[in-house]
Amino acid sequence: MGVEKSTIEIAPGVRQVPGAPVVVTTIDKVINWARAGSLWPLTFGLACCAIEMMATGASHYDLDRYGIIFRATPRQADLLIVAGTVTKKMAPIVRRVYDQMPEPKYVIAMGSCACSGGIFKTYAVAQGVDQFLPVDLYLPGCPPRPEALIYALLQLQEKIKKETKRWGYWR
Amino acid sequence: MSLVLEVNKKQKGKDSWEEPFYLNMGPQHPSTHGVLRLFLELEGETIVNCDPIIGYLHRGIEKLAENLNYNQTIVLSDRLDYISSAANNVAFALAFEKLFKLEVPRRAKLIRTIVSEMARICSHLLWLATHALDIGAMTVFLYCFRDREWLLNIYERICGARLTHTYVRVGGVRRDFEPEVIEELYRFVEEFPKRITDYETLIDTNRIWLKRTKNIAVVSAEEAFNLGLTGPCLRGSGVSYDVRKFRPYDAYSEVEFEVPVGQNGDTYDRYKVRMIELRQSNWIIKQCLDKLSETEGELVLAENSPDLLMPEKVREVSAQPHPKLGVMFKPKEKEIVPVGEAFASIESPKGELSVYVVSDGSSRPWRLRIRTPSFVHISAIPHMTKGHMIADLVAIIGTLDIVLGDSDR
Repeated sequence: MGVEKSTIEIAPGVRQVPGAPVVVTTIDKVINWARAGSLWPLTFGLACCAIEMMATGASHYDLDRYGIIFRATPRQADLLIVAGTVTKKMAPIVRRVYDQMPEPKYVIAMGSCACSGGIFKTYAVAQGVDQFLPVDLYLPGCPPRPEALIYALLQLQEKIKKETKRWGYWR
Repeated sequence: MSLVLEVNKKQKGKDSWEEPFYLNMGPQHPSTHGVLRLFLELEGETIVNCDPIIGYLHRGIEKLAENLNYNQTIVLSDRLDYISSAANNVAFALAFEKLFKLEVPRRAKLIRTIVSEMARICSHLLWLATHALDIGAMTVFLYCFRDREWLLNIYERICGARLTHTYVRVGGVRRDFEPEVIEELYRFVEEFPKRITDYETLIDTNRIWLKRTKNIAVVSAEEAFNLGLTGPCLRGSGVSYDVRKFRPYDAYSEVEFEVPVGQNGDTYDRYKVRMIELRQSNWIIKQCLDKLSETEGELVLAENSPDLLMPEKVREVSAQPHPKLGVMFKPKEKEIVPVGEAFASIESPKGELSVYVVSDGSSRPWRLRIRTPSFVHISAIPHMTKGHMIADLVAIIGTLDIVLGDSDR
């Protein structure tokens, strides 16, 4: 391969032409880097976990330093953090909010209730958001600590970085 | 008939320029503090009618409590008003203690007072943060969360949880304060009044804040009574009613504090009342901390308090005379909990929170009814919004300080 001989690897999968401001890499790598670096979640709180989500976004934990900025409209968001208990009455609305988001979109089920219904095994509560949403990441806890949410977001970034061929057509 | 159904009726046979404008707000709107849905009838930008639709967070807590024993029920109370869960725990525990006829040790009472006042500060800080954010002051949000984080760290030191701490138990509290907690609380109590002054300098003289809160949603004392408002919303209208003063529970009869009241009953007055309450709560915590040293080494849980795992049923076999068999052994269900009913109400940060429990002798409540302030306050929204601009709606939702987990249960 001519590329491998004439370039040096400066990061996994990223090669530089020596002496020139040129970098050679795959388009997957570039797009995934951009997507993982600017995850914009939707400001969408349901119950207790939303308070911890707010605390994560606020001054002490400060999600902005990861490039994660909360957006108030689904049209500008690419991550849905389902924070709290999803009742059967609320489930269609959560689904509609998800449908309004542009592709590519990701879902984090935050908290025990969103993962599996938690302690609320009653007639009114949907037993987990995976019944009606494709969940990328489950985050248990009642409610999860802000550190746990940050860890989940970092894990999601890792997951996005491993994606291939998601820039032209959908899976 | 709900407003939603009326719409179709009204729109029949009318030209499009005559008909009012209908707007749906929520339940995913970030300014509705959860999952409240408001159906608005507008005339230009003025609200003619407003129909709150709730139930998007109904989890069946009251029904769920019927299948859990008394100590397990307290876990559910955390998820009611999740911003001030310690206060909810206290309300549940008080009702159950009345049913069990338990006497709580004094140290436990003082500790409960401290944690419920901490919950009040947490709740009011979150209220101030979100209310100011809705109105357009971002800085207050960041400052309030900084200080709230300090309190949550103390909570974590006390019981290991940040938000849903099942710290209070029937008959006392789960564990005693560590000496470090008391030191940290003293530091907080010293520092916090300065922080309150910081917030007030940020927004008290802010022209936008004043324009958007003064004379917005004015509620007279009589109206407030009729609407069933309690807590800071009622006191903002000039009624000096506080459960902590009128029916003292825990250690509130031992401590001194003032009940702040407003004059005009507008959003600004309710803001002022809450700011004074922050200072009063701080003062109460300080007094309780001083008294805590008197009760060093006492128990924090009553000795005859029920176990965490209560048996579902206890059967005792009694010998009864039988005409043919001579004697018959008949199993009979034993009373674990006294049969009867109990009621307790507390001053939660949002308003008056009442718990009513009926017992049939088994280890689980036969019926548990919770009267939550948020539910009543939501019913006041149509009255308060009438004639106001649509932009004031978020200020009105904010000033009522509603939590949907509290109202929908």
